[in-house]
Amino acid sequence: MATSKKTDKTYVPFTKEMISTHTILIPNMLPMHFKLIARVLEKVGYHVDVLETSGPEIAETGLKYVHNDTCYPAILVIGQFLDALGSGKYDPDRVALIQFQTGGGCRASNYIYLLRKALEKAGLPQVPVISMSLSGIERHPGFRISVPLMIKLLYAVFYGDLLLTLVNQTKPYEKNKGDAEALADEWTARLADEMDTGGHNYKAVKANYRKMIHSFLEIPTDRSVKKTKVGIVGEIYVKYSPLGNNGLADFLVEEGAEPVMPGLLDFCLYCVYNNILDYKLYRMNGKVRALYKIAYKYLVARERDMIDIMNEESDGVLMPPTLFTHTIDLVQGYIGMGVKMGEGWLLTAEMLELADKGVNNIVCTQPFGCLPNHICGKGMMKPIKAKNPDINIVAIDYDAGATRVNQENRIKLMLANAKEQST
Amino acid sequence: MQGDEIIYKKYSRHMSEVRKKTLELISEAAPLMGGEPVNVSMSGSAGLGIAESTGIPFVQEVFATGEVVKRLEPDTTAVIELGGEDAKIIFFAGGVDERMNGSCAGGTGAFIDQMATLLDVTADEMDELSLGATRIYPIASRCGVFAKTDIQPLLNQGARKEDVAASIYQAVVNQTIAGLAQGRRITGKVLFLGGPLYYNKGLRIRFKETLGLSDEEAIFPDYALYAVAMGAAVYGSRTGFSATPDEISEKIRDSINSYTGRDRLPPLFSSKEEYDEFCIRHAGADVASIDIADYTGNAWLGIDCGSTTTKLALLTENRELIYTYYSSNRGNPVELIRERLGEIYELCGDRIKICGSAVTGYGEELIKNAFSIDVGVVETIAHYTAASRFCPDVDFILDIGGQDIKCFKIKNGAIDSIMLNEACSSGCGSFIETFARSMGYDIADFAERGLHAKAPVNLGSRCTVFMNSSVKQSQKDGATVEDISAGLSVSVVKNAIYKVIRAGSADELGEHVVVQGGTFYNDAVLRAFERELGKNVIRPAIAGLMGAYGAALYCMDMGVRESSIISKEALASFTHKSKSAVCGGCANHCRLTVNTFGDGKRFISGNQCQRGLGIEVSEEIPNLHAKKRDMFEAMRKEDDEMAKISPSKKGTVGLPLALGMYELLPLWNELFRNLGFDVKISNFSTRRTYEKGQFSIPSDTACYPAKIMHGHIEELIEDGVDAIFYPCLTYNVDEHKSDNHYNCPVVAYYSELLAGNVDDLAKVKFLYPFLNINDKTELARELYTAIDGAFPHSVTKADMKRAVAAAYGAYEAHMDEVRRSGERAIEYAHAHNMPIMILAGRPYHIDPEIGHGIDKLAVSLGFVVLSEDSVYHLAERVPVRILNQWTYHARLYRAAKYASLHDDTQLVQLVSFGCGVDAITTDEVRSILEGSGKLYTQIKIDEITNQGAVKIRLRSLIGALERKQADKAANA
Repeated sequence: MATSKKTDKTYVPFTKEMISTHTILIPNMLPMHFKLIARVLEKVGYHVDVLETSGPEIAETGLKYVHNDTCYPAILVIGQFLDALGSGKYDPDRVALIQFQTGGGCRASNYIYLLRKALEKAGLPQVPVISMSLSGIERHPGFRISVPLMIKLLYAVFYGDLLLTLVNQTKPYEKNKGDAEALADEWTARLADEMDTGGHNYKAVKANYRKMIHSFLEIPTDRSVKKTKVGIVGEIYVKYSPLGNNGLADFLVEEGAEPVMPGLLDFCLYCVYNNILDYKLYRMNGKVRALYKIAYKYLVARERDMIDIMNEESDGVLMPPTLFTHTIDLVQGYIGMGVKMGEGWLLTAEMLELADKGVNNIVCTQPFGCLPNHICGKGMMKPIKAKNPDINIVAIDYDAGATRVNQENRIKLMLANAKEQST
Repeated sequence: MQGDEIIYKKYSRHMSEVRKKTLELISEAAPLMGGEPVNVSMSGSAGLGIAESTGIPFVQEVFATGEVVKRLEPDTTAVIELGGEDAKIIFFAGGVDERMNGSCAGGTGAFIDQMATLLDVTADEMDELSLGATRIYPIASRCGVFAKTDIQPLLNQGARKEDVAASIYQAVVNQTIAGLAQGRRITGKVLFLGGPLYYNKGLRIRFKETLGLSDEEAIFPDYALYAVAMGAAVYGSRTGFSATPDEISEKIRDSINSYTGRDRLPPLFSSKEEYDEFCIRHAGADVASIDIADYTGNAWLGIDCGSTTTKLALLTENRELIYTYYSSNRGNPVELIRERLGEIYELCGDRIKICGSAVTGYGEELIKNAFSIDVGVVETIAHYTAASRFCPDVDFILDIGGQDIKCFKIKNGAIDSIMLNEACSSGCGSFIETFARSMGYDIADFAERGLHAKAPVNLGSRCTVFMNSSVKQSQKDGATVEDISAGLSVSVVKNAIYKVIRAGSADELGEHVVVQGGTFYNDAVLRAFERELGKNVIRPAIAGLMGAYGAALYCMDMGVRESSIISKEALASFTHKSKSAVCGGCANHCRLTVNTFGDGKRFISGNQCQRGLGIEVSEEIPNLHAKKRDMFEAMRKEDDEMAKISPSKKGTVGLPLALGMYELLPLWNELFRNLGFDVKISNFSTRRTYEKGQFSIPSDTACYPAKIMHGHIEELIEDGVDAIFYPCLTYNVDEHKSDNHYNCPVVAYYSELLAGNVDDLAKVKFLYPFLNINDKTELARELYTAIDGAFPHSVTKADMKRAVAAAYGAYEAHMDEVRRSGERAIEYAHAHNMPIMILAGRPYHIDPEIGHGIDKLAVSLGFVVLSEDSVYHLAERVPVRILNQWTYHARLYRAAKYASLHDDTQLVQLVSFGCGVDAITTDEVRSILEGSGKLYTQIKIDEITNQGAVKIRLRSLIGALERKQADKAANA
């Protein structure tokens, strides 16, 4: 047992010995990103499994072990873990879990503790849960992120974002169904291998961007029919995870639309930037401010590179992400930048970012009863619509009890209106 | 349709047999089409499934409505359409804006049907009734389940059905306007469409009146029922897809077999043998009964006047049943019981003497007063008494009634913990029943079908509204009535186990489980429960009568030998009238129902305190909730006084008394006073406050304390303040006893939402700076920027520094006084040997509208009442298993700790519905209390004011405590 200095809670640490004995399970939030992250971790010696299970029993298991009024992502993530642990596939004495943590005033900061409570309830208190966070809330001797590893993980995020963008912009137009997905899988494997080689520096990353873009542009497509672009924003888990949002992106493609999802890097930048803001607003965190500023500049420059390369290579066929500094400019006058719980002001900003790019149809996803989204999501729709009259936003709640037919029906209404507007 | 003309139309319920019904109607219409190809498209949520599997074009229903209205009535400004389970608004002016209700919403046709069932009338009769209404009761409009919780007590208290019917329609109207229009005004030519608006005249009237529309503006077209179908026809002509009637029928018929089979559960019985064994086993749990005609001697009567059903049981000296009765309340339990008593007297003749009588359930007080019943028994005690007759070493009782789920754990012969369902999860018996009826079955037949379902559908377990749409989904997937019936049973069971009991495994329930309540007559529910639990349970043959049976036993055990029950003669001339009134005792203005009985006796209900009964409330018993309100009231009066005597030249700053203002009012109040502003504090909330701001609420699933904020803002603007101040506080006061000191997202940032959604805020300066309240220098800097920006040159930096220091002083003095008052209250309790109740929640739960007078109720039940912030300082920091990162919640844990250390102290946790944070705190508070053998009681509150349910909870708590004490005494 170890005790966290910050919270005086005891927990089972992930020891050095466990590196060779334990399999680490990762919940599946962003399929491509997490596959890459898993491969990176494997290359440094961990045994890793990204959980790809789906089906109603996951939510059901979650409901058994977590208070039912807790947010849906917690129910799903914990349900997926416990479902895997109960499947007989893993030896409970040789398995560990990873939980990503961002901290903050949202109840999401509690997921890891709820997970541990659930493990206890399930009679599996020995299973270590690794907290993966920037703020280092806990120490796990067997799981320490060195600087080189950190950089590799960041590259995984960059690559993941680009792949996500490329797949989303290719899939609706591909002539042979499945081409884009297959190519993405190919790249995932290839990139993971490359990252393991010594010479994989940022220059190589940029070169890969170009290759990736080219290879996707080579997929036979028919872009003659204009498809409705539909933005997806919202609480991070249900926004990205097909398990959380009932396969929303695929549903949109089937309905003849093109999904547009702002990437994970935006969220990382948001977390970093909030620490800088803490000083600006409250004169808090003064000491570490310089560090965050460096990180911020570094990440913004990397995002700019990706945008430039996309513009250079795709000749206007592909729509690059929006630069974070521009996203910040867009949100001014809508919501205070101090709103930093959950997705906070970034959620509002992403809707504006989409509108700015001409993506006027937006699905705003949230777990049922999501606290920050009352304010940053549903609470901002009226001012956004007032200043952007062409925008069409539909708020969709996801929950163990909410049904697909209700969700899809509302999205269909939005799509019908979008088509009407474009004709 | 041919052009704009309808050549065939029919409105018919599909009773879940979507494909069959569709085929039927097509074959009816086919001759009119003459076998020629016609353009076709489908709409509606069940149509979606058929469209998908047949390849017929689909058009979303709201869109379809828009299509037809644009074509037929181009000058329409808005359409309101109510369907079976959806509500929609379309605005045409200034760009088409189409809206549908969110996932958590009532106010639809299915809701109206459910309410009619509750009143025991048909939907048509309810409409008829509503026309005779003389007053409107406030009924929670957000969701059907909530509304039910408001309506049931009204009925049980004897409110007129006419008034209730009209109130239900008003709730539908409020829900539609608040939930869908969200601040956008509905004016001009408004078209009302859909079945409920077509059939219910009363509903139309309510809409017209509420929206202030003239006859020319409110249009109720004859095609109201067919608008969606017409839209689909219009759309079909544009898609170019055409087929002959035969081709269409064929496509639909072919699609019947293409059922997807997703998400199904195993059947309830795997074999005939299993079913037979089940039947034999449960036949064993019976009670001896004899024919009343054969009995002579003494008898004891038990009455259980529940929320939806009334039960009676008459027992002999040897505890044999000689008379039982079980029936739906039909909206008037008094009349029902009068009839039954008459029958009992008839049957008893001179042979049988009623020696004692007891009543339990929602209607306990009303019935006790009406018929001079000897004893009132808390439901929980009545049920335990009954269950232990069947299984003396019972350690878990689950009772699923019409409206409630109640569970008690029994330890050492005493009730150890009580769990009751929350307002939102009332997915109980009446739900299955209403559902059965809506599908055209009676409940017994419906249950029977469920028993033999081959593949029960998985319907989820959150709430009945969601279940409605899950059923819709399964219908889309082609599920049979059998599968749906079994699926509903499983859902009710899962709801009970995972939501109410919160059990992780069957073992947590113990060895001996007794299940009861009318819902368990449904064998499918019983079987689903055994399946889910993985063990056999006992279901008494009188499952639905257990409350009445237990009440009678209790009365016998108490040794009542001479009954005060109304005599046969008095019964013959018994009359009962009820009328409504508003209490003038205090600012709460409780709506009372005054029942007058033939002998001139009166019974008043609906009151939150004793004042409504004409009894003076003892002001002496300490009640910290009241004390804190008084302190705020004094501040408000002082502010108003000061503004009157010497009005400030700088202006008036309004402080909305809601959310975090309940904590920091003393601080901000002093700050602005010190800076030379006049201060205007908004009044405590009433239902009116909520209604005043309701139209600008963008998220209907936010908590009530947040939603009520809108009304406070409106009130301050009406008062003519120059500025309104409610800062954004990511961090709350740091009390150094927790991991962090956040506010919850709603308390922290609600101003951002207000700024974006309350249009009237443009009339004033709205100040909502981000502040750091834990650093005085920093706070002064931030405040100076904000106030100098709004009122240039009104203050200097030095002024600000001084004011901040004074403000902190005032806040600390206030909190200190609260804590001292807490200590004094404890001393008082000790000196008078009174029990203490900590009513713990958030600071804003002391608001009379949010707290619903629960504090006063606790005082009237004999408790000294403390708040969490008047007692937490007496306990140390508590190690909890979760992240202790919110200031208010850290107090909650410490208050629980205090309660756990003191025998005379109980803690009841108030939880606002929709509070995401409390999903985390409740389990922790529970484990702190239960860790030291205390009972945990949670009361969920929202706009609903179900005093009856709260009372049962508190009385059950008292009952269980008394029993515990008695056991302790006996053991000593």
